[in-house]
Amino acid sequence: MRLSRLSRTTLGVVTALILVIVYVPLFVVLVNSFSTSTSLTWPPPGFTLEWWQKAFQSAGAMEAVLTSVQIAIIATLVSLALGTLISLALQRFDFFGRDAISLLVILPIALPGIITGIALNNFFRTIMGVPLSIWTVVIAHATFCIVTVFNNVIARLRRMGTSLEEASADLGAGVWTTFRLVTFPQLRSALLAGGLLAFALSFDEIIVTTFTAGSGVTTLPIFILNNMFRPNQAPIVSVIAVVLVLVSIIPIYLAQRLSSDTEQKAP
Amino acid sequence: MKRIPRTARRGVTVGLAITSVALLTACGTAQGGGGSAASEAPTELGDMEGQVSILAWPGYVEDGSNDPAVDWVTPFTDDTGCKVTVKTFGTSDEALNLMKTGDYDVVSASGDASLRLVAAGDVAPVNTDLIPNYENIYPFLKDQSWNSVDGVPYGVPHGYGANLLMYNTEVFPTAPTSWDVVFDKSGDYAGKVTAYDSPIYIADAAVYLMAHNPELGIENPYALDEEQLAAAVDLLKQQRANIGEYWSDYLKEIQAFTTGDTVVGTSWQVIQNVLASEGATTDVVLPEEGATGWSDTWMIASEAKNPNCAYAWLDYIASPEANAAATSYFGEAPSSDQACEFRDDCEAYHAGDADYASQIWYWSTPIEECLDGRTDVKCTDYAAWTAAWQEIKG
Amino acid sequence: MTMNATAPASARNAASALEPGTPGASPRAGVPRPKRTPARRASVFLSTHPRTRLALLLAAPLFWLGIVYIVALVLLLVTAFWSVDSFTGEITQEWTLDNIVTVLTGSLYQTVTLRTVGVALLVTIIDVAFALPIAFFMAKVASRRMQRILLIAVLTPLWASYLVKAYAWRSVLSQDGIWEWLVAPFGGSTPGYGLPATIITLAYLWLPYVILPIYAGLERVPDSLLEASADLGGKTWPTLRHVVLPLTMPAIIAGTIFSFSLSLGDYITVNIVGGANQMLGNLVYTNVGAANNLPLAAAIALIPIAIIFGYLFLVRRTGALDNL
Repeated sequence: MRLSRLSRTTLGVVTALILVIVYVPLFVVLVNSFSTSTSLTWPPPGFTLEWWQKAFQSAGAMEAVLTSVQIAIIATLVSLALGTLISLALQRFDFFGRDAISLLVILPIALPGIITGIALNNFFRTIMGVPLSIWTVVIAHATFCIVTVFNNVIARLRRMGTSLEEASADLGAGVWTTFRLVTFPQLRSALLAGGLLAFALSFDEIIVTTFTAGSGVTTLPIFILNNMFRPNQAPIVSVIAVVLVLVSIIPIYLAQRLSSDTEQKAP
Repeated sequence: MKRIPRTARRGVTVGLAITSVALLTACGTAQGGGGSAASEAPTELGDMEGQVSILAWPGYVEDGSNDPAVDWVTPFTDDTGCKVTVKTFGTSDEALNLMKTGDYDVVSASGDASLRLVAAGDVAPVNTDLIPNYENIYPFLKDQSWNSVDGVPYGVPHGYGANLLMYNTEVFPTAPTSWDVVFDKSGDYAGKVTAYDSPIYIADAAVYLMAHNPELGIENPYALDEEQLAAAVDLLKQQRANIGEYWSDYLKEIQAFTTGDTVVGTSWQVIQNVLASEGATTDVVLPEEGATGWSDTWMIASEAKNPNCAYAWLDYIASPEANAAATSYFGEAPSSDQACEFRDDCEAYHAGDADYASQIWYWSTPIEECLDGRTDVKCTDYAAWTAAWQEIKG
Repeated sequence: MTMNATAPASARNAASALEPGTPGASPRAGVPRPKRTPARRASVFLSTHPRTRLALLLAAPLFWLGIVYIVALVLLLVTAFWSVDSFTGEITQEWTLDNIVTVLTGSLYQTVTLRTVGVALLVTIIDVAFALPIAFFMAKVASRRMQRILLIAVLTPLWASYLVKAYAWRSVLSQDGIWEWLVAPFGGSTPGYGLPATIITLAYLWLPYVILPIYAGLERVPDSLLEASADLGGKTWPTLRHVVLPLTMPAIIAGTIFSFSLSLGDYITVNIVGGANQMLGNLVYTNVGAANNLPLAAAIALIPIAIIFGYLFLVRRTGALDNL
């Protein structure tokens, strides 16, 4: 199939249009962060830097960001470990119940968040008698983040094949050594991609978080929700969103570079 | 239960604070028995413990961490040496569960939670002699069914407010005087009417029916038998056809009235204040039928580890300056005239206006045992109201 | 506010901490000489006992998913067969079908289920329609550099909080919002708040989650296949239909699982832009939060669970589940 010049241009234009639509609401958020209206009404009646100043002085906002980062990091690490294990098992072995397990991994993301949320809430509080805390959020997030790692890793494993690992074993390397020196390096970029998505998923999750967070635990989305209802604080939330978007470009860019570099190295 | 952050916190529900809970029934019948007699109010205070643990609605105990300018905790700590740790909760249920852990000395309880806390024995009677600022509190807030049992006070009133009728002044050149603009005449503003998104809003319909359909015999909007509830549900279903959107959060309501997406519906004074400051063409009125509203209470745990600091907090938060700061941040009327000296918006909230206050039906949880004292019928409880509310929204 | 910078960085650090040296990058790339240590013996045992290896690999994840998730889910479903004592507010553990019957027969639940499924389907269709061209352009047309930029452009909005974006749409769709301002000159008007607004906002929120798997799926379609089709005289459209689409189908379906299931359980967006409408998520939420009636909430939750299971069952054979 060779695309004509016309179809390439058309595709390019459509892509550009979609991106414009994607960025219009973000533009609204950017403008609102300078708006003098405390309720984010449009068009902004005037402009001010007040919210930017306030946002950076807000200890609550900083704390919420830290809490979210902590939760997302731990949940991501857990899901990296579990996701890698499970994809190794499913890709490298054929056994009864394999399909059931792959379904099991997908379930936490495929079932609506409110169901995961109330199921875990009920489980922690009523069944286990564990008070909700930051750890219950981590457990919940890790559960639905496993799938992003799993998918990236299993796709990579499939492409990798087993010949290198077999060669390593033939040369006398043990199971662990082979994983460390042969399998893991090839998985690295897949882990990075899966981990990044897991982090993003955890960082912005609100529904499951609502049901699993102890009342002292304020993640960023919960902080934002609370602030939408605090008098005169709404524009601060816009500032936070703008900062997040800007800051997020760096890691996404780095992750991108890193993964495409390794891919080129190991075709 | 209330309005701004908390109720809306989880997005949707709201007066969610108000739970099903027939527990209340228990307290209705078992006052005196239950926990109320279990603990006695202290007769004198000792030394400050150096700390106090408070369970509160978000926005009630601000220590400057959200906004350095909003801080009434630091002066308290400076004065008393009591270091304050705050835990906020989103619903009255959550508050009830957290109080059971015994980790908290003080709690800000809404009308529905307060009696349940008393019934469960989680909170103790309060010796108001030990709270000098209690004296100044408006008499019409004292000794009410949601903060006292058999004349024994279980806490100190904090702030109160009414669910008012808001209208766009361009659409209504003269102020409406009746709730009929959102009920019987709501068809004139189809698609631009708003109502509060909570089962407790059924009480608003009941208040309207009390005035317009006396043959239904509604005495108290929180005590509806099945027939009365059905009438309220019918009214609300008619209204549903003309609703543009239901609101449960502050921001949504302000936006909708600013843009004109909504022109009439229930609202709070604080929303009107924000709208006015942004130059929106809206106003609020307390219609002739009266209105629903809320009134919150500070209570002390029956097993408080730091009772002296707890008493100090109750006194402090009832003090004019602190009460003014907290209620003003929240957008509700303060609990005393003295507090009004530290606020310039008391008039807007009709603070201290006993007549005005008497037109408000403060939120209570509907229970099977009719709150209006009828014994020949069973009333519909909050679970029934919730089911009805979902049915109304369809 | 540097959290985003720290995140992948820490993931990377964690990764390199696990890994002492990459082959080629380090002088001691060779495989260490085997020693007769217990670790070595364990390793030999493992390489000769694949079943044990499998068991060890699966133990932790299955423990996690099984104990935490499946048990929680099953217990929730069991709750659907219990009831709440209206006097004490406690859950009564006596088997009853009342909740199930209520949910199955109540017209409220039928209406809301139809509405919710309709919204989720439309959101999914819109997302796929938008994601296909952009993913195709990224994977098959754009230069390497352009590809990277586009991927960042698609991923970036994910970091602007869900709530912030939903409120931004509220503003865009308002009577005097940008939408109205843009289309008014052409005689159009904003859809206002309601189901159309809900569909637009949800489609917007989930779009990146649909683009990503489709893009990854298209990337996996080898260019050589497309060349072969062209060499055999295949025109653009037939090639797309008979070569690209079948190969990408699993990825597309994987994307739809995201948009469909995320829409099916949402209750916040509909609350912000949905006007007076409610969806299944709202019913569940209200029954848990306000009514304290977990059994009824669990019974309602059975509806989306059944729908998702049905959907997963239908698409299982396409291999979509490996493409999420």
